[in-house]
Amino acid sequence: MKVLVPIKRVIDYNVKVRVKPDHSNVDLANTKMAINPFCEIAIEEAVRLKEAGIATEVIAISIGDKSCQEQLRTALALGADRAIQIETDESLDALNIAKLLQKVVEEEQPQLVILGKQSIDSDNNQTGQMLAALTGMPQGTFASEVKFDGDKVNVTREVDGGLQTLALNLPAIVTTDLRLNEPRYASLPNIMKAKRKPLVVRPAADFGIDLSPRTKLLKVTPPAERKAGVIVESIDELVDKLKNEAKVIS
Amino acid sequence: MSILVIVEHDNGSLKTETLKTVGAAQKIGGDITLLVAGFNCQNVVDAAAKINGVKKVLVCDNAAYEHQLAENISLLVTGLAADYEHILATALTTGKNFMPRVAALLDVAQISDIIAVESSDTFVRPIYAGNAIATVQSLDSKKVITVRTTGFDAVATDGNAEVVTLDTVTDAGISSHVSDEFTVSERPDLGAATVIISGGRGMQNGENFKLLDGIADKLGAAIGASRAAVDAGFVPNDMQVGQTGKIVAPDLYIAVGISGAIQHLAGMKDSKVIVAINKDPEAPIFQVADYGIVADLFEALPELESKL
Ligand SMILES: Cc1cc2nc3c(=O)[nH]c(=O)nc-3n(C[C@H](O)[C@H](O)[C@H](O)COP(=O)(O)OP(=O)(O)OC[C@H]3O[C@@H](n4cnc5c(N)ncnc54)[C@H](O)[C@@H]3O)c2cc1C
Repeated sequence: MKVLVPIKRVIDYNVKVRVKPDHSNVDLANTKMAINPFCEIAIEEAVRLKEAGIATEVIAISIGDKSCQEQLRTALALGADRAIQIETDESLDALNIAKLLQKVVEEEQPQLVILGKQSIDSDNNQTGQMLAALTGMPQGTFASEVKFDGDKVNVTREVDGGLQTLALNLPAIVTTDLRLNEPRYASLPNIMKAKRKPLVVRPAADFGIDLSPRTKLLKVTPPAERKAGVIVESIDELVDKLKNEAKVIS
Repeated sequence: MSILVIVEHDNGSLKTETLKTVGAAQKIGGDITLLVAGFNCQNVVDAAAKINGVKKVLVCDNAAYEHQLAENISLLVTGLAADYEHILATALTTGKNFMPRVAALLDVAQISDIIAVESSDTFVRPIYAGNAIATVQSLDSKKVITVRTTGFDAVATDGNAEVVTLDTVTDAGISSHVSDEFTVSERPDLGAATVIISGGRGMQNGENFKLLDGIADKLGAAIGASRAAVDAGFVPNDMQVGQTGKIVAPDLYIAVGISGAIQHLAGMKDSKVIVAINKDPEAPIFQVADYGIVADLFEALPELESKL
């Protein structure tokens, strides 16, 4: 069984993003970048499926400019067998990303596509569901457990009320939540080995899809700052402030 | 203009967050139709018909919709879409699950998690865990939107909308429900509570979360948690507040033994009043707290409970 893992290069999760002074966008110049944490969990899950003898091949794919090859190499170091970069300098809407992935799904015919539930930059939480719609596959989003059972996969999902388990026909799309697994670190020998694993670059334009933007970013502003408050000296003072100053308790 | 709002519910009751999504629909302006898709969900239909400013409630009551399977709901919604310029759902796990599927089937983009409406095609939404706020224009003829409830006021519920029953059944037949493991609690939902008290890694174990119970009882509060507390198995996942958990904005948020990572702040920094209890005076949570107390939580919590 082939597993396809789409991944995204994003700002490192420890870094607080800055907004450009002209409010045209955020400023990512000289910012530390990394694999989106949810995508890292997706790679880990795919690699574990291979180690368990369920997956036969793990293919990592990323859509972006040349810089995302760095994240694809990391995916290879973590255990993916080969990588595909779909090259574009544009920042594409999730729908267009899903359309490109759909083409690759048609070519590769994976039984499972596993990807992060959201990217920590755009916070959209869309790509997996959109890819599922375009390919007609069932979806198991926000997964905290993935279990194969014959020609089905059981996915336990983190939902508002707790956990929900669904059975999906294969092929299927799974999007990862935080507690699906704890990703490993790439070892030095594996990082070296990854340099020799195949990474194919394909221009986005070659897929013959209309990739014109569906949304327009008009401006990006910093959020309203909260004023730092006061440090109270005692619980009595705290209770008094909450009652008489903030008036949020009675 | 016509707007379709998909009602969030659990078959038994309507989630009050829907009232805020209708509030967002009113900001867009136009005739508002609600869709209740579920199974044995008459209570929800009755509640939906009372929501103010709603013209019509469409009802699809069928086993195919009992568990809100995205494959089935998305087919239903896309089948109805021709009549509407805007389709809205609440940005909770159900809407987040099926709405992008609706958008892709309609070949349009989705605008996720809006917190304000600028015009009928332009919306405001947080990005980068709320560290930047984007104003985005949709270039599609149809707009598929999820609404972050902390951005909008709930509408009142003394209306009387017409109820129309549909007998459409869209069962994709590619997914099925196996089981649920829902947390049962007497406390208010995190999304509906006006007071929330949350514990973090500083609580040390699940047993110690009981220290929050007495305070929550006295304040009528919901109990939340940081990711670290959930990952460590102290409490279940549905209690997680943050960028990738629940987004809340109560009148009062009390963070106990939580350091204040950006991913946690993303879920609670729009609360009206924030209180932080932490033994580390340098903890970043104090930068957003209106009232901070540098103290050992194991001493502070019992004292706070006794003085409320
Ligand atoms: C992709 C991604 C998504 C994430 N999403 C979320 C999310 O949705 N929600 C979320 O919360 N986190 C999220 N995180 C995790 C986040 O980065 C932090 O790791 C997490 O919030 C830390 O939880 P904490 O504050 O409880 O733990 P810590 O950072 O370990 O802080 C514990 C605090 O407790 C204090 N403390 C310890 N003992 C005591 C005591 N006896 N009395 C008083 N104070 C004490 C300490 O001083 C410290 O400040 C996410 C991370 C990633 C990478």
